[in-house]
Amino acid sequence: MAQAQKGAKNRPLSPHLSIWRWGPHMAISILHRITGSGLATIGMMGVVWWLVAAASGPEAYATFLSVASSWFGYVIMIGLTWAFFQHLLSGLRHFVLDIGAGYELQTNRTWSLMIPALSIVITAAVWLLIFAGRI
Amino acid sequence: MGNGTSIGRVRGLGSAKSGTHHWIVQRFTAVGNLLLVLWFMVSLLHLSGLDHDSVVGWLKQPLAAVPMMLMLANVFWHLRLGLQIVIEDYVHDDGLKFFAVLALNFYAIGGAALGIFAVAKIAFTGGAAA
Repeated sequence: MAQAQKGAKNRPLSPHLSIWRWGPHMAISILHRITGSGLATIGMMGVVWWLVAAASGPEAYATFLSVASSWFGYVIMIGLTWAFFQHLLSGLRHFVLDIGAGYELQTNRTWSLMIPALSIVITAAVWLLIFAGRI
Repeated sequence: MGNGTSIGRVRGLGSAKSGTHHWIVQRFTAVGNLLLVLWFMVSLLHLSGLDHDSVVGWLKQPLAAVPMMLMLANVFWHLRLGLQIVIEDYVHDDGLKFFAVLALNFYAIGGAALGIFAVAKIAFTGGAAA
């Protein structure tokens, strides 16, 4: 960390995180990190396990399938689906912010509320279609 | 660095000038992920089944194996950049931070290598038992 030595002067500090009132824009920011971290660890370990199992033959693949198709496996997969869409939509929001748009208070608030709702709706739609045998 | 002037201390301890590159690569790989992971999800939903034969039969095709390898490289690259920021923000002990970033690099490169090798084996041998 780049840090100058503490001098004698009492320099101003940025306000501590805990003094801010929680709002949707803070929630969506931390959700982006939580879902990203979850996808990066549990998600990618699962994908690599799936690929290695498929490459190792039918027996290893059967072991993977028995775990993936347990109730626990479904909870993980539904959770990862939600995390993926949340991270994707929140990432698109970051692209908009990167070009300098979407900082108006009301716009920012609207999208910060819309995205978690959308990610839940998309996840529910995907899994309802899967359970209904439509895809 | 001795007890030099303020500007001397800043020169010695300032940024490594790699932040912008980190930031832009995070965005490039994000666009790559957008395309590749959506392709992956749509492909999975279109498979006739998720049994061994279906998965291997799909993955041994060049137009499935290559995007899958690209996805693995791209996702592990993106997550390496992202988790590095998370570690740097929340791990404050310098030694622990160093080893956390080291472990992250091992995970990202090792995970990508393992996944890409698995796809290559399926593509070249049809996923026969090892």
